[in-house]
Amino acid sequence: MGKLGETGLAATAGPARTLGMEGECRASQARSWGLPAGGAGGESPGGDAPLSGSISSSALLQAEVLDLDEDEDDLEVFSKDASLMDMNSFSPLMPTSPLSMINQVKFEDEPDLKDLFITVDEPESHVTTIETFITYRIITKTSRGEFDSSEFEVRRRYQDFLWLKEKLEEAHPTLVIPPLPEKFIVKGMVERFNDDFIETRRKALHRFLNRVADHPTLTFNEEFKIFLTAQAWEFSSHKKQGPGLLSRMGQSVRAVALSMRGVKSRPEEFMEMNNFIEIFSQKINLIDKISQRIYKEEREYLDEMKEYGPIHILWSASEEDLADTLKSVASCIDKCCKATEKRMSGFSEALLPVVHEYVLYSEMLMLTEEIGKLEDKVECANNALKADWERWKQNMQNDIKSAFTNMAEENILYYEQCLATWESFLTSQTDLHLEEASEDKL
Amino acid sequence: MTENNFSLKKIEISVSEAEKRTGRNAMNMQETYTAYLIETRSVEHSDGQSVLTDSLWRRYSEFELLRNYLLVYYPHIVVPPLPEKRAEFVWHKLSADNMDPDFVERRRIGLENFLLRVASHPILCRDKIFYLFLTQEGNWKETVNETGFQLKADSRLKALNATFRVKNPDKRFIELKHYSDELQSVISHLLRVRARVADRLYGVYKVHGNYGRVFSEWSAIEKEMGDGLQSAGHHMDVYAASIDDILEDEEHYADQLKEYLFYAEALRAVCRKHELTQYDLETAAQDLAAKKQQCEELATGTVRTFSLKGMTTKLFGQETPEQREARIKMLEEQIKEGEQQLKSKNLEGREFVKNAWADIERFKEQKNHDLKEALISYAVMQISMCKKGIQVWTNAKECFSKM
Repeated sequence: MGKLGETGLAATAGPARTLGMEGECRASQARSWGLPAGGAGGESPGGDAPLSGSISSSALLQAEVLDLDEDEDDLEVFSKDASLMDMNSFSPLMPTSPLSMINQVKFEDEPDLKDLFITVDEPESHVTTIETFITYRIITKTSRGEFDSSEFEVRRRYQDFLWLKEKLEEAHPTLVIPPLPEKFIVKGMVERFNDDFIETRRKALHRFLNRVADHPTLTFNEEFKIFLTAQAWEFSSHKKQGPGLLSRMGQSVRAVALSMRGVKSRPEEFMEMNNFIEIFSQKINLIDKISQRIYKEEREYLDEMKEYGPIHILWSASEEDLADTLKSVASCIDKCCKATEKRMSGFSEALLPVVHEYVLYSEMLMLTEEIGKLEDKVECANNALKADWERWKQNMQNDIKSAFTNMAEENILYYEQCLATWESFLTSQTDLHLEEASEDKL
Repeated sequence: MTENNFSLKKIEISVSEAEKRTGRNAMNMQETYTAYLIETRSVEHSDGQSVLTDSLWRRYSEFELLRNYLLVYYPHIVVPPLPEKRAEFVWHKLSADNMDPDFVERRRIGLENFLLRVASHPILCRDKIFYLFLTQEGNWKETVNETGFQLKADSRLKALNATFRVKNPDKRFIELKHYSDELQSVISHLLRVRARVADRLYGVYKVHGNYGRVFSEWSAIEKEMGDGLQSAGHHMDVYAASIDDILEDEEHYADQLKEYLFYAEALRAVCRKHELTQYDLETAAQDLAAKKQQCEELATGTVRTFSLKGMTTKLFGQETPEQREARIKMLEEQIKEGEQQLKSKNLEGREFVKNAWADIERFKEQKNHDLKEALISYAVMQISMCKKGIQVWTNAKECFSKM
């Protein structure tokens, strides 16, 4: 998961705002903004470049009112108008004291200061006269001041997650919103709610909320907070409310963005992003298919292996001298089966969900990048998207890297376990042989 | 195992080559078959040097002829089996085609193994026909047929009949028959499942190869991750390719099991022979007993059992004393003959049991030894596969962590 403050900025409004938004460190800001005019590759993390003058010359969105001078010191910006926060997140409520914001300031040399911990568990079935549905328990632990308490427990259903996602998209049309698991899986589903499906969905929903929590902008979204904290009746009445003033603003931003199709000039960065997304989407989809296939083949291999061991036991019943050797072989095969099961569960915990999440991300990005084809008027949106894009890309690289590294580790562990099993069998047989040989000599 | 351990003859036999041939069969139609080169070397005791003494080509049907001959002339011996005629227990990749080079190669090894088994058998190795098989290329088939062994062979019907009707077979042979049935059943099952496991394992490895291709294409658009992806992809290719050799090795293990699957049939053949011999004996004893009783009845004039003769006598009048004497005399002769026959059959039967059981003991030891080795070699193969796996994934992990 991307750390707060590690990668590029993510904001909807003008650059000045975004400085205050999330306490990004300077280096990462520079990463996003400090692009030479010639438009080199859009992805250039690291590198400590000073804030360029391009920021000051950036146009502001229509909804933009405030104009702040760019200040290199994050803290100072933070201590300025706290209402910045509101506009950026388009939320109706004000955040609390600036001091609490300081908690979120992150410098590259400081360890992860995560202050929001969310878990999704305990799926429960609810039956009403109209329908059957599943709710998930969401536990939030936080040290943030704007939360009334430090621990919250609520129950939400998939519909509620959809609502949250829509709200986030409305509020931040140019940010990369994490994907939700699919509504239904058409292929091979007998029951709507079988255990595997529920478990897979639960894990994905857990990821979703954590992604939002880790996102420098989204984490302060007010609807997000309500989602995490409001009790049942409070929550459903809140949902019923029409879109607020500021979310209407969000809608108009989107409308502007979407109305400006028809690209007159395409900045090179977007060409690259375009290209990247297209190919990435292709490749990640393939990887997803390959990974699912591997899991299926391994499952079938395991099923056959489970039958293989017992045959040796059956055989040993007819034999005398060979009985022990056969039983040992059977036990080795069984141990290898267990190791295979373990490898498979590691695979389905780590690699599969991550890859699939990025498949969903890439689908979304293919659409979002439509918004990227913006005119100069909405260049800020460009920049905002670009910043979030950089952040997303960095996260993706990290996630992919650790998922595959983990897969390699699981495989190594598997083979090591099997190796140990067979080697000890071999030793026992050789020992027996030596024993027998020495017995003969007597 | 190329040396014959039997001290009288020190010869080395090898089936060194296989060659595709075309020729004309009995119906004068053109056919393609494979011929195998058999080379025999005699080893000098003093310096251990071997000299090529004979080399000739034989095809599979000639091996079959040899074995059928041995089965007839040595019914008390567990005759080594031939490798399978057609590929069975295949998993999807292996071709079931008899002309497939892998199959031909494995058959070559199987045929060599057969000859070595015969050559190292204390009794079979002395057989003249076997010797000629190794040394006399032309005319060998005629020589075998001239022995008339086909006529001596027991008909299947006779054997089947004996199996059902025998009253008192040796208990050990009953047990042996059960054992051979169980052995055949369990090894067949094992081979079937092994083939399915091999098929699945093949699938797992090969699908990983797809990662290689996709990583390579993906690396083109990545800057930092590019190199890592590319080299990791290469390792995935290596991983996918490694399964071919692994499964080829396992095929040899399967062949070792198959040999004992076929040996089960050879064991059953010995049991059948015993049943036949025993049934023969029982029938002869029954016949003798019946004749004795008949004789007694005639002599004493009592009819204890129903006989057609007795019935007709009652209906059509009794026979004359002379007739009766003549019949008694004939019966007494038959009884004498019968007793002789029974004696020799008894002896035969006991000899058979003794010799057969000696060979069965020898076979049991050989089987235990060979199968244990086969299981150990299976473990060795698994170990090698695991080591390869660890290496590939360690390399891949390094690439991934450098991304």
